[in-house]
Amino acid sequence: MADTPNKIPQTDPHQSATFDKLTNSQIRRAAATGIYDIRGGGAKRKLPHFDDLLFLGASVSRYPLEGYREKCGTDVVLGTRFAKKPIHLKTPVTIAGMSFGALSAPAKEALGRGAGAVGTSTTTGDGGMTPEERGQSKTLVYQYLPSRYGMNPDDLRKADAIEVVVGQGAKPGGGGMLLGQKISARVAKMRCLPEGIDQRSACRHPDWTGPDDLEIKIAEIREITDWEKPIYVKIGATRPYFDVALAVKAGADVVVLDGMQGGTAATQEVFIEHVGIPILAAIRPAVQALQDLGMHRKVQLIVSGGIRNGADVAKAMALGADAVAIGTAALIAMGDNDPALEAEYNKLGTTAGAYDDWHEGRDPAGITTQDPELMKRFDPVKGGQRLANYLTVMTMEAQVIARACGKSHLHNLEPEDLVALTLEASAMAKVPLAGTNWIPGMDKF
Amino acid sequence: MESIKYDLAKTPLREVNQFLHSDASVLNGKHIDIQNPNGAHNIAVGLKSEAKVKIHGHAGYYAAGMNQIADVTIEGSVGAGVAENMMSGRVHVKGFASNAAGATAQGGLLVIDGDAGLRCAISLKGADIVVGGSVGSFSAFMAQAGNLVVLGDAGEGLGDSIYEARLFVRGKVKSLGADCEVKTMGPEERKILVDLLARSGHSDVSPESFTLYGSARTLYHFNVAKSGAY
Repeated sequence: MADTPNKIPQTDPHQSATFDKLTNSQIRRAAATGIYDIRGGGAKRKLPHFDDLLFLGASVSRYPLEGYREKCGTDVVLGTRFAKKPIHLKTPVTIAGMSFGALSAPAKEALGRGAGAVGTSTTTGDGGMTPEERGQSKTLVYQYLPSRYGMNPDDLRKADAIEVVVGQGAKPGGGGMLLGQKISARVAKMRCLPEGIDQRSACRHPDWTGPDDLEIKIAEIREITDWEKPIYVKIGATRPYFDVALAVKAGADVVVLDGMQGGTAATQEVFIEHVGIPILAAIRPAVQALQDLGMHRKVQLIVSGGIRNGADVAKAMALGADAVAIGTAALIAMGDNDPALEAEYNKLGTTAGAYDDWHEGRDPAGITTQDPELMKRFDPVKGGQRLANYLTVMTMEAQVIARACGKSHLHNLEPEDLVALTLEASAMAKVPLAGTNWIPGMDKF
Repeated sequence: MESIKYDLAKTPLREVNQFLHSDASVLNGKHIDIQNPNGAHNIAVGLKSEAKVKIHGHAGYYAAGMNQIADVTIEGSVGAGVAENMMSGRVHVKGFASNAAGATAQGGLLVIDGDAGLRCAISLKGADIVVGGSVGSFSAFMAQAGNLVVLGDAGEGLGDSIYEARLFVRGKVKSLGADCEVKTMGPEERKILVDLLARSGHSDVSPESFTLYGSARTLYHFNVAKSGAY
């Protein structure tokens, strides 16, 4: 070996796992601006999720159903507890609440078209109901939010169901903000605000506090709508056992449970990533609350937050949900974050798949914007068709799995059909670690 | 005119409200008297006709909630959220009102002869509210549009984070909330005040005895230098 006394062997540059590239960029950003980062979407960090669960297909001890011949039902009825007119959906994959304001009018129209084509529901958001979405949505759920922006009893009566929003997974305990650039003349008029100002959405309802008040509020909405419409209560996943129990006590027909992967139009990054729990951890306590009250399947449970494909649908339902809701996935299906727009995302300082500054209103896909020129890029008919295709695929995928497990309806899937790949997922979903009969913490639940 | 009478001690509320939701052709111009309310919640909610409804006694939460067009009088006091999200019409409380009176109301006139509790006119979106007595703390929080007239005093944090609503207060204000300030009452505002005093049975009260409060508009765009105000 050559003698090289002047060259000391160097270790490879060691990046800190704690102070990684992303963290350091966040620190530099905060130092430069003096203000926290606001973005759209849900939690982006790696979380225990449905990917950590697997189905046990039928074999000798179980009897599968023939994939192309034997029926596997997918329909769901929501609001059977008190409503005179429950909602009948052909697929349990529903569209979550997203506002006109956060989304463009053509994007809202596309959601209605896509959902209507496959027989599922879509949902309004903060800011009220637009004629476009009512016109294009066969089944429309009207959100009743703390801000009451655009809240109108005529729209309440026009809705097929009403969702009292207590919270959402991306920001349980938080309100919202639409920055001025998205407060167009039309959005401002619907929300009764000056055009172009930053608009804050309240985090609490103005006229009720606590579960006893909520019971009276729900009764008021029932009285106004003559007890016809299902009333949902939407909660962000934090203390699902107690929150679901209280929603049931308050008279909900349906509980919507949104995990931290569920998207928002805009809130602080620190809120999105550090408040709330993953949907995987929330479903079993929620179902337990319903079972303890004798209300499982009587009060329906819709879960959301990171639902992406038919496997996620099937897993959520096997854990006890009656239906699921998608938001982010629907936007992607319609063209949000499409690599075809990479050059434009680069101009915004980001890349396809990572674009999340929805609140700035510069979405090159024309979906999360109120800019008239950008909106023109989005075709609501084509967008609606893409969404319908995607919803159809998700439903068929869930059927494939259900048949493999020998189930003639998605609702017949059960926890016994699942195992977990990780200790975390096993403990959260309360299904055994694969290859064992062990569920961590089960004896103490 | 002969009135239609309902006795809540005998008829379920649901039945009464359902009748009150009948077609305008059935209800327009009709007088409906509701006896024995006994503090029941959600009386006369969701009305949408030119009916005149009188509630003979105290009502609970959300009396005349989401009212449209109708004229509802409560011959007593009311619980939280009277006339919440009212769109149009008139609601008159002869007694006192609890919290969140007229919350988010978008139109119409709410008259409260007595005092109103906390958060009166919270998130007001265009309606007019006249309170004969005083209002509690945090009234007109995030009030966006419309007018609140208070003949008595206001509690702490009046008009916190207010947008474009006008607040006319005759008595003392314990404290103003973030971004709420005293405004000069011009002829336009004076005219609004005179009209509201006349329509609420207070035409003998001098408009000059009121102070106008509104938004300083310093929080309309998020500004880190103002973070202490949040």
